[in-house]
Amino acid sequence: MKYFHLVWAALFRRKARTIFTLLSVLAAFLLFGLLDSVHTAFAKAGDNVSGVDRMVTVSKVSFTMQLPKSLLPRIENIPGVKAVIYANWFGGVYQDPKNAFANEAVSPNFFEVYTELVLPADHARAFAATRTGAVVGAALVNKYGWKIGDKIPLQASIFPQKDGSNIWTFDLVGIYEARDPKQRAMEQVMFFRWDYFDEARQFGNGNVGWYIEHLTDHTRSDEVAKAIDALSANSEHETKTQTEQAFNAAFVGQFGDIGLIVGSIMAAVFFTLVLLTGNTMAQAVRERIPELAVLKTLGFTNRGVLSLVLAESILLILLGGVLGLVCAALTVSALQTSMGAQIPMSQVGGAIWLRGVLLMIGIGLLIGVLPALRGMRLRIVDALAGR
Amino acid sequence: MNIRRQPVTSIVKIRNLSKVYERGKQKVEVLHHVDLDIAQGDFLALMGPSGSGKTTLLNLIGGLDSPTDGSIAVNGERIDKLSEGALAKWRSANVGFIFQFYNLLPMLSAQKNVELPLLLAPMSAAQRRRNAGIALQLVGLSDRTAHKPTELSGGQQQRVAIARAIVSDPYLLVCDEPTGDLDRQSAEDVLGLLKMLNHDHGKTIIMVTHDPKAAEYARQILHLDKGTLVGYTTAA
Repeated sequence: MKYFHLVWAALFRRKARTIFTLLSVLAAFLLFGLLDSVHTAFAKAGDNVSGVDRMVTVSKVSFTMQLPKSLLPRIENIPGVKAVIYANWFGGVYQDPKNAFANEAVSPNFFEVYTELVLPADHARAFAATRTGAVVGAALVNKYGWKIGDKIPLQASIFPQKDGSNIWTFDLVGIYEARDPKQRAMEQVMFFRWDYFDEARQFGNGNVGWYIEHLTDHTRSDEVAKAIDALSANSEHETKTQTEQAFNAAFVGQFGDIGLIVGSIMAAVFFTLVLLTGNTMAQAVRERIPELAVLKTLGFTNRGVLSLVLAESILLILLGGVLGLVCAALTVSALQTSMGAQIPMSQVGGAIWLRGVLLMIGIGLLIGVLPALRGMRLRIVDALAGR
Repeated sequence: MNIRRQPVTSIVKIRNLSKVYERGKQKVEVLHHVDLDIAQGDFLALMGPSGSGKTTLLNLIGGLDSPTDGSIAVNGERIDKLSEGALAKWRSANVGFIFQFYNLLPMLSAQKNVELPLLLAPMSAAQRRRNAGIALQLVGLSDRTAHKPTELSGGQQQRVAIARAIVSDPYLLVCDEPTGDLDRQSAEDVLGLLKMLNHDHGKTIIMVTHDPKAAEYARQILHLDKGTLVGYTTAA
């Protein structure tokens, strides 16, 4: 630490150049933080531990194809299945297409299976008693300033009502919260009753979008999946059943190889950063050759000079990088607050920080190694003589 | 001509010293088989025309360069045999350097510049501050400790450089044209300081200079020409 002031002073010897370099490092690591946050969110999509004992059954042909509700009692009778819920994607829009949030028609026992979502008992009773009732996540309620008793009109994008109207009006009767604060993104959904939806919609009646099975024992998932899919084998509505985790991972996979996309962008960004900061460091050391020679004259060893230059390059990247990741963390928080689950981003947490700091040190070493070697190898008498 | 005076105690013993530089394919012999003894507590001026090898000899004595042939013993230690790391450590403990253009680090204050050599010593920050303060006081700059080199005159910068050279209490000071960039008054101030360090503090000083007036401050004057010692005179 006793050399820190020396490294710091050398770094800010030319303030404007250092500040501009820091800004470029900051921008690179801001981008890294944001993209890694997206990547982490996608990578974790199938990692919801609370869904380990749940399976999802969808049409084998396409997720968007419906399945007959008549499958319900047959699935319920399969050994190993404790409960079955069903749901339909609705795709309604509130007031403006920009106000997009997930809204689904669900079976009455939905909250009995999704125990990670907490719906107060009186709200559950009101939901069961109100055909046009809807329950909404607390985050979504806060976002739009809704309260119990409000009527929420949704404009249907897929399912018109039998009278041809696209406007569906729901009564807000309950507000649920995520049990785990880390799952606040799950509070961005609106659920309403499937029976009301099925009775009022113009087409597709008697069909559900997907089934979700709650298992008695998650180790039996393979056996249960085969049994469920066997129910529809060779029919016009063959099914594909998989664990909720696998389903989520496959769903996310539809967006493409996020890791490859993020990796490619970051590789381009960091390649440019290495060229830019490497040039800055080389120039900074070139200008200071006589000063490094003075340090050697005073007794600093070759290794000491090497360490000082490397410390300077690492400090440069660490400063900009940490600021960049702080900005990324603030940006992600702000985006999550304003856009909720619509934006697939994970908090800039420990893993991203660890990767980021390791990357900073790696880049610092990379850009510092050549100037540091030059400083280490300089001959004092030549450097002092300006040769 | 080789100069072997018979000092009471030789602090520097140079025998058969040669230095050859390679400039591309060309070899330039800068020093030819030099023998020299320098007494402890001496104040020696090295004079001679440009290219005579004064600075090369000074650099070799200060451990900044290594000889092509011959030996250099300083205070009994064969510095020509030391490794790079050992030589660096030896320099930090035993030699103070003063250059023509001061060679202070521009981004550090006078105080921090003077503290630089002490970073290599096992010493607390408070002790470093205290020692640097004493050195700056000795050169008359205790009121300029927070100033950066660009905020000081040439004479003041050279006095900071002298403070830096003496802060770790070396027994040997090597000075390469210490007054070459100063006006007459500042030069006399600096030379007076060096004389005081030699006389009052017992520092052995070896100074390269072109200036006969500066050389008058020394006890002995050695003359070099074409890499050979050609004579010495005792200052008046």
